[in-house]
Amino acid sequence: MSDTFVFSDELTCFATRVSEAVRKGARFGGLFATREPSGTRLLVLLEEGAIISTDSVVVQDAQPQYPALSLEIPAAAWYEREIHDLFGIEAIGPRRLDPLVLPTTTGSSRPRTGSGTTKGPIEIDPTPLSAHLRGEGVFTIPYGPVRSGVFESIEYLVETPGEDILHLRARVFHKHRGIETRFEGMTPADGVLLAERYEGVASVAHAVAFSSAVEQIAGVEIPEGAGLLRVLHAELERVANHLESVIRHCEAAGQAVAFARFSLHKERVQRLRAAISGSRFGRGVVIPGGVSGPPGLGASALFSSIDQVEAGVRADLRLLMATPSFADRLRGTGIVSPEVARQFGALGPVGRGSGQMADARIDRPYAAYSLLGLRSIEHRLQGDALARQRARMDEIEGSFHIIRQAIDRMEHLRAGKMQWAVPVDLKLNGQSIGWAEAPQGEVLYIVQLEEGRLTRVKPRSASFHNLAMFQAAFPKDVLTDFAFIEASFGVSIAGVAG
Amino acid sequence: MPWIPRGLREGVVTSRYPRRRDGYGPVFRAAVRVIDAADATTRIEDSVAACPTGAITIHDGRPRIDQGSCILCGRCTELRPDVFRFDPGFETAELRREALVVPEITESDEVLRLASAELGRRVRALRKSVHIRHIDVGSDGSDEWEVAALTNPVYDVQRLGVFFTASPRHADLLLATGVGTVGMLDALRQTYEAMPEPKVVIAAGVEAISGGLLGRGYASHGGIATTVPVDVFVPGSPPSPFSLLYGILLAIGRLSTADRAPGGRSPRSQGKDLGTARSDLYSEGFGMEGRI
Repeated sequence: MSDTFVFSDELTCFATRVSEAVRKGARFGGLFATREPSGTRLLVLLEEGAIISTDSVVVQDAQPQYPALSLEIPAAAWYEREIHDLFGIEAIGPRRLDPLVLPTTTGSSRPRTGSGTTKGPIEIDPTPLSAHLRGEGVFTIPYGPVRSGVFESIEYLVETPGEDILHLRARVFHKHRGIETRFEGMTPADGVLLAERYEGVASVAHAVAFSSAVEQIAGVEIPEGAGLLRVLHAELERVANHLESVIRHCEAAGQAVAFARFSLHKERVQRLRAAISGSRFGRGVVIPGGVSGPPGLGASALFSSIDQVEAGVRADLRLLMATPSFADRLRGTGIVSPEVARQFGALGPVGRGSGQMADARIDRPYAAYSLLGLRSIEHRLQGDALARQRARMDEIEGSFHIIRQAIDRMEHLRAGKMQWAVPVDLKLNGQSIGWAEAPQGEVLYIVQLEEGRLTRVKPRSASFHNLAMFQAAFPKDVLTDFAFIEASFGVSIAGVAG
Repeated sequence: MPWIPRGLREGVVTSRYPRRRDGYGPVFRAAVRVIDAADATTRIEDSVAACPTGAITIHDGRPRIDQGSCILCGRCTELRPDVFRFDPGFETAELRREALVVPEITESDEVLRLASAELGRRVRALRKSVHIRHIDVGSDGSDEWEVAALTNPVYDVQRLGVFFTASPRHADLLLATGVGTVGMLDALRQTYEAMPEPKVVIAAGVEAISGGLLGRGYASHGGIATTVPVDVFVPGSPPSPFSLLYGILLAIGRLSTADRAPGGRSPRSQGKDLGTARSDLYSEGFGMEGRI
């Protein structure tokens, strides 16, 4: 199919450059589109250790196609589908561009976020996907969007002959809220509130990534105390999210007491976060230029509550991992091989269960992470749900270690004069990329400002990046493993659907 | 079975709300109010402009806040602490959308009494036990955490005869979170229609009430009220578990009149400002009931 298309040299060279860079070891960070007066600009992010490099090309409106990157980079497949849904430009390659975040009817206009476009009415086409497999006794189980329990909406199509999962597809458009378009025209001060709601369970990480992009454009350094408070909130958020993942595992395994125990621990963490910030999700803490104010708890109160939570969590985690009826369900379940993880550039605990150790806190320290000692976590290659769970347990321990250092440093600073934020120019112009390590993995924000107003914001959540790999996590798994594999991925659908 | 003693060792952590007051309730930032005695005639336009959701409007020179779109960012309380303040407490849910606009638009008590009586008749059979079907219609994900928290040992809503169910066929109460995305509207309608009568709908969170910070857009309907009839509105972004619990109890008529002054907030959540409430919080170990 691809040979019937002739692309301009520009587009062909772009695809070759990107493929070449990834072949040489760069990690594919994402492919994003934005409207410009002359066409649609494609921007690719490539990460090599401490450096994020970008490459871009404009796809002209006369021929809204470009050569698919997913031919060589499987991780690009979902980005190409997203761009097709939102901008109507097509990646030409062997894969079909099934709708993902916004299936539109023929003739409907698309959001085409960016500058210089008029937007017509957008009509969603909710027609179910057709079966992918054919064969004797193979049938499709549509699961969702309304799930059996208190979950975010997502639709899975499971194709199965009865027990084995032969093929799995996810569609997330049900929850698509069109947040990227909402950012347009906002001030950075309002934008950070919206960033907190892009993926609500990782509010702090999103706010930090967004704000650091704005701070880079403004060329300001945040005060040390602000960096430390950002770290404190980000690590509490990580603990809460990882506990949530443990709770989901316990629920799937029918471990009623463990479920209750970890729910209690999580409630304590949420209350601690509320006591420090006034919000159970740490909202309103991070602002462009620093933080909104001092923590609501003093060092001794913080230390004693951290001690209480950590002691409880540690003892129960030890017991949980020694409970055979729990660990047996995770061992060998949902294996993501190190090779698949590398191809998809797996992020966060999902990556760290399969040998992908990238961690923005270490690779590109932000906030106050460079001042604090981070424990390295064990290199695991098993790639099963158990390995992902163990990676999360390591991270919980690591987070408590970081939190203590942050409180300690903050306490020393307090003796002197404490500054919580620096002013940010209200008439900013420019573009930059911000990042943070969310509990789900690295979050990226591409932020563009003109005269102090946001003209384009593109968040890239780890949830989106990792869920693209979800169908690869069922090599020899059966329907009853589904709940465990889903819990071990720990993604937030809000962060996928946008 | 090493888990059983582990559970027992902790003792009772469960709240006694609504039979007893819970220490955690009043420490929470629940709503922004206009201070009654405030001289709000000068320069309130700044706060109006600063509100990211346009929740503040001016009527006859006095500000009015729509708690159905307030995301509690606190910008107005910072700009004009003499006019706006955070109110603690969690008893924020209302039976009528208009009642979320404070100070109240003069609405005849009759209208409210009618609404409340109609709902009361409908839910008479649900008073002892209610089954809830939760549906996410475009939330940011945090609302689900708060809804799920209702089943943790601290809130433990099963003790009140409140249960979550997977099938809409078993459900009496629909608890919707999120902005009402275009992609979920059919699912929302079908879920509502699949529920047997009598049924009650709760819009949980400002996103479900008005769309919150997202408002209306190409993919968002700005709340669920245009798709299904809403009986109870629970503000918050996201609403805390206690706010949700209060909304549920309000929906099924489980709150006595002493708990609730007609058309307004319960008397117990008034009069204590957040400053003193937060100092309790430190001394009481986050205001958690006794031991937690």
